[in-house]
Amino acid sequence: MKQLLILGAGTSGTMMSNHLRKTLPKKDWQITVVDHQENHYYQPGFLFLPFDIYKTSQLKKSIKKFIPKGVNLIQEKVELIDKDQDQVSLKNGEKLKYDILIIATGTDIAPREIEGMLGDHWQKSVFDFYTFDGARNLRNKLRKWDGGKLVVHISEMPIKCPVAPLEFAFLADSYFKNKKMRDKVDITFVTPVSGAFTKPKASKELNYLLEQKNIKIVPDFNIEKVDADNNKIVDYGGMEVEYDLLVTVPTNMGDDVIERSGFGDELNFVPTDKATLQTKVKDNIFAIGDATNIPASKAGSVAHFEAEILTENIQRYINGQELKQEFDGHANCFVETGDGKAILIDFNYTHEPTTGHYPFPNFGPLSLLKESHMNHLGKLAFRWIYWNMLITGKHIPFVSATMDTDGKDLEPEQEITH
Amino acid sequence: MEQVFAGVSVQVNDEGYLTDFSQWTREVGEDMAQKEGITMTDKHWEVINYLQEQERNEVPLTIRKIGKSGVVNIKEFYALFPNGPLKVSSKIAGIPKPVSCI
Ligand SMILES: Cc1cc2nc3c(=O)[nH]c(=O)nc-3n(C[C@H](O)[C@H](O)[C@H](O)COP(=O)(O)OP(=O)(O)OC[C@H]3O[C@@H](n4cnc5c(N)ncnc54)[C@H](O)[C@@H]3O)c2cc1C
Repeated sequence: MKQLLILGAGTSGTMMSNHLRKTLPKKDWQITVVDHQENHYYQPGFLFLPFDIYKTSQLKKSIKKFIPKGVNLIQEKVELIDKDQDQVSLKNGEKLKYDILIIATGTDIAPREIEGMLGDHWQKSVFDFYTFDGARNLRNKLRKWDGGKLVVHISEMPIKCPVAPLEFAFLADSYFKNKKMRDKVDITFVTPVSGAFTKPKASKELNYLLEQKNIKIVPDFNIEKVDADNNKIVDYGGMEVEYDLLVTVPTNMGDDVIERSGFGDELNFVPTDKATLQTKVKDNIFAIGDATNIPASKAGSVAHFEAEILTENIQRYINGQELKQEFDGHANCFVETGDGKAILIDFNYTHEPTTGHYPFPNFGPLSLLKESHMNHLGKLAFRWIYWNMLITGKHIPFVSATMDTDGKDLEPEQEITH
Repeated sequence: MEQVFAGVSVQVNDEGYLTDFSQWTREVGEDMAQKEGITMTDKHWEVINYLQEQERNEVPLTIRKIGKSGVVNIKEFYALFPNGPLKVSSKIAGIPKPVSCI
């Protein structure tokens, strides 16, 4: 019996176990998934939890529920990947041999990377919303906060769901308006990037919304430290921004196991071929989702598109065929803009987000790069799609893995450098 | 668009970055630096060499990477090239403006 081992049972690992159980013959292949957590979290919901839009119970379900029959689930931490021995060690000392390995360990926040971020003030006046606990603690704080300077901050790129911090600022504007205290809250968005978003065209559109909502932006801010005693963040160039409440996205890093195993980049991401998803570590090791270093957004939608292509490439690898160079960096994100509206953006390695309609050209019903209520409903519907279709590997109708250029108001193709 | 540095005419984009690295010379870099208010020292050149080498190897550049390069730490990097050091130093090095990823 051959062994296929998947590390991580988050969005990507769960999808891959579902896809592969359907495609690999049961008599030849045993599939095993390892994850030390008990719960699978719906991470996009972490954006809404602080504003009391979702309840905690809507965001977590048991990991077990989504791992298909015929796949072996081990709930234990992965300690080491020994690529030379084709073997993985677990925290309890168990060793697992594999023929094919898929790394799907995602990315997590690393507040320790920024001087002064951790301390007594952490989760008291300095919060994250990228973890379940962080989002919940922030919700409790916001429920009783009486206003002041709210700073929404990104420590450094890349981060998963790069638009989430901006959405957080938009939703905060809505939230305080509804609580009739917007005049007591001063909102500033602080980012290491030169504008509201990393892609210039979308950035222009989003900058305009910031202005409309009276949210200040401080671009090109590379944080050196949090000076919690004086309630301010300081950048390497000496720039300072004061806060009463700091909502930060700390540095995002891959899991330590990648570093311990000796093949991560400086942020513990796995060097991976951006078109085939085979790693540069060894031929029988593949990677998917947030754990890779490919220059695509770290998002569930990206992982979804990758999963279809990786499933095919694993079959090709097994059959000794050449891998398909098919992944094009396709990402598809709803950007909540507050007041019951959202923007939808669709882009890949070579095309910037643009205006147009999705998924049906000239019709939609979703409009690209324009605010609409329909897009907001799309974003909310995504939670149902996530739990019921996406992670269980069901095909989502009309949505293709590679980017469709029909219905888009495109300019000539140009390589976007990263 | 064309611009003249150290008496040589070179092609630049609308933000002033060289569009053809083969037109770069040390003199062009030196003159570009001067126009940014920077007087080049050996340490400056060490950073420029490092950036050019990374670009040749197609390694995307970030502030963190520079800090871990062993050439300078981030504080020193800011001291050498004030006001957006990565952007300024990339311009002087004749390489494209780094886009912090996606
Ligand atoms: C606030 C927020 C909003 C977001 N909004 C959106 C959105 O609107 N749309 C969208 O598409 N995406 C969104 N995302 C991003 C999306 O959630 C992630 O990109 C996606 O979950 C990535 O899947 P993954 O499987 O690669 O990683 P994860 O889902 O994070 O899974 C990684 C798994 O690996 C396990 N693991 C890690 N290390 C080990 C180890 N050593 N041993 C055992 N197990 C290990 C972890 O326990 C975890 O279960 C958002 C994310 C956040 C935080």
